[in-house]
Amino acid sequence: MKLSVTAAPHIRDGDNVRSIMFDVLIALSPAVIAATYFFGWRALILSIVSIFIAEGIELFIMKVLRKQKDFKPDFSASVTGLLLALNVNVGLPIWVLVVGLIAALTLGKHVYGGIGKNPFNPALVGRVFLLISFPSLMTTWWAPRYWNLDTLTTATPLAVVKEQGFGALNVGYLDLFLGNIGGCMGEVSALALLIGFAYLVMRRRIKLLIPISYIGTVLLISSIFWMIDVERYGTPLFHILAGGLMLGALFMATDMVTSPITPKGQMIFGVGCGVITMMIRYFGGYPEGVSFSILIMNSVVPLIDMYTKPRIFGKHVVGKG
Amino acid sequence: MNLFTFRGGVHPPESKELTEEKPIRFMPLPQEVKIYLANHGGAPAKRVVKEGDTVKTGQKIGEQAGMISANVHASLTGTVVGVEKVFHPVLQKPSEVVVIRRETEKDEWEYINPHGDFNRFKAPEIVDIIKEAGIVGLGGAMFPTHVKLTPPEGKKIDLLIVNGAECEPYLTIDHRLMLERTEDIVKGIRILMYVLDVEKAYVGIENNKLDAYEAMMRATAGEPIKVKLLRTKYPQGAEKQLIYALTKRVVPSGGLPLHVGVVVQNVGTVLAVYEAVEKGKPLVERGLTVTGEAVSNPSNLVVRVGTMVSEVLEFVGGLKGKVDRVILGGPMMGIAIPDLNIPVMKGTSGIVALPPERKGKVETKPCIRCSRCVMACPMNLQPYLLEQLARARRYDEAVEEGLMDCIECGSCSYICPSKIDHVKSIKLAKKVYRALRGGARK
Repeated sequence: MKLSVTAAPHIRDGDNVRSIMFDVLIALSPAVIAATYFFGWRALILSIVSIFIAEGIELFIMKVLRKQKDFKPDFSASVTGLLLALNVNVGLPIWVLVVGLIAALTLGKHVYGGIGKNPFNPALVGRVFLLISFPSLMTTWWAPRYWNLDTLTTATPLAVVKEQGFGALNVGYLDLFLGNIGGCMGEVSALALLIGFAYLVMRRRIKLLIPISYIGTVLLISSIFWMIDVERYGTPLFHILAGGLMLGALFMATDMVTSPITPKGQMIFGVGCGVITMMIRYFGGYPEGVSFSILIMNSVVPLIDMYTKPRIFGKHVVGKG
Repeated sequence: MNLFTFRGGVHPPESKELTEEKPIRFMPLPQEVKIYLANHGGAPAKRVVKEGDTVKTGQKIGEQAGMISANVHASLTGTVVGVEKVFHPVLQKPSEVVVIRRETEKDEWEYINPHGDFNRFKAPEIVDIIKEAGIVGLGGAMFPTHVKLTPPEGKKIDLLIVNGAECEPYLTIDHRLMLERTEDIVKGIRILMYVLDVEKAYVGIENNKLDAYEAMMRATAGEPIKVKLLRTKYPQGAEKQLIYALTKRVVPSGGLPLHVGVVVQNVGTVLAVYEAVEKGKPLVERGLTVTGEAVSNPSNLVVRVGTMVSEVLEFVGGLKGKVDRVILGGPMMGIAIPDLNIPVMKGTSGIVALPPERKGKVETKPCIRCSRCVMACPMNLQPYLLEQLARARRYDEAVEEGLMDCIECGSCSYICPSKIDHVKSIKLAKKVYRALRGGARK
């Protein structure tokens, strides 16, 4: 009889990289549905096309450039593809999105050695690449349900507040919560993102401390500035619901590869993201700072990991010998 | 109810339902046994019989050689037909065995003398009986028990912990022993308390064995033996984790339980102590669980040490369906054997045959830094980092990160979604590091 001789442990948990990535895709699907509701079929088509093109690019890189003939997709490129699609406005030409995907998967992922080795969130690398390369295309926002309107485009609530003050805001909190606002197609609906996030939490697939500390920090800072000058800085609830905070905090900052390992490190990471986001929103050149804040914090993850090592059991007690 | 536990750990499927309700059966004597002279670690026993000698059951065939070593006894009444080398699954190399063949139906015992009511003896005399009986840790580690019972000068032991956690999936022999041999185990505890001169003892049992917990509670009522319920979580039965769960005492890094005044013994070992001291029986048989989805009739058995794994499997109706792996011990820390012609050792707590569906070996993917291994590590290590450092042969850095503190429980590899073999790399790195350092402890 032929027996396999493998190393212990001889049983393994059923989870694998693919099932984790697949769950992230499921968790993002409410956001896709909300985007389709507010921005029409084009949103759905962009999302799906982006997933397939991303997997195609990954397949090409792995099989042709990296010569790994037996490579099988692990859906991580699908997640990158979907996240990038959700991070652009619905009017973006598909070819521009493809450029972003190529940047995301090459500059953001495979130049470092592929999955697990990349220091930066690949989708955010793609997004920032596009933001710098195509600034006007990336900051033109089609209005929700534009087919009922006279004008195609609108301004995002964050831009309105930044340029004209909180009093000029023409949308209510319910619009912000449901997603009836201008913005990236996946970021508008806080409700849809929270539903997806709840699924990930239920499946224990998320570093939970990151969104808690990130959003908590945003809440704290915006509360302070709210008391200083509400007209200029807006309200805490506004800052939590507007822009890319929900999408960033729940789905981008929590990317396992590019966030710290230990609970303490994850707290520091979330706080850092929150502080930088609010500094950019209040004082920066851009109305929104979620992408930049996460990328900046990504870069200090090795440092955070080094300073937040867990205390080894038994290492700090005396009494041996 | 207040459950005792530790930080970290994992929850593999228990798979104990295959055997937990099956009473222990005695396997009929085999025609032939092959008995290793070496236990895990420590010096092998020195052989004191030669080919052609007739031996009785319980007769010494190997004499303890050195401090960390244990006597070995014949487990059959018959003739020594040879001395050969057989692959030793723990040492992972061929190792000397004494082959004994049975010619008659007789099972004549040679008992240890003196033996009897433990109150008659002084503590060192009991340690001598245990030493004479060749008792080693039956949980799997096979560390000589008499050594554990003789703490170095100046080390005061104040607590005995009896390990009835049985946290390994599939295994149920300790569970059954606590149910069926309750009184004898309690007698064994009394003997050990007497030897160690301790006022109290704890028995830790996971809360998936409530019947055993209740039985032990009843049997120890009114005595300074406290039976405590542990949360069912792997590796609840690991020494340092068990001590922490029950007492909140932290065994220092590189230290032993005795450094916090504790001696831990597995329930099987406690029973063996009772049998040796009161009945005069050397360690020639042990209880084990033969189980797994690929076993026809999973069972709890008492078998003679040296019985071939193939014969044990035959006795329970053989294997069924496709068999991928056969493991000695539990599936988390046990050892996969290359073939079935390997004898049961003193430390074999189980024989687990798994079909291919219970996939162990799967394709390894790159680490995605999900942090599950870090959350699962009961020693608060960072297994992903240790694995990377070990693979890069950066041993000194790995040691800095706690390489030598790893208890090799396998929680990290179990939970890893990328199916990385942390434990395998860490074990290898430990070996290399020890070799490079000439065996000197850090």
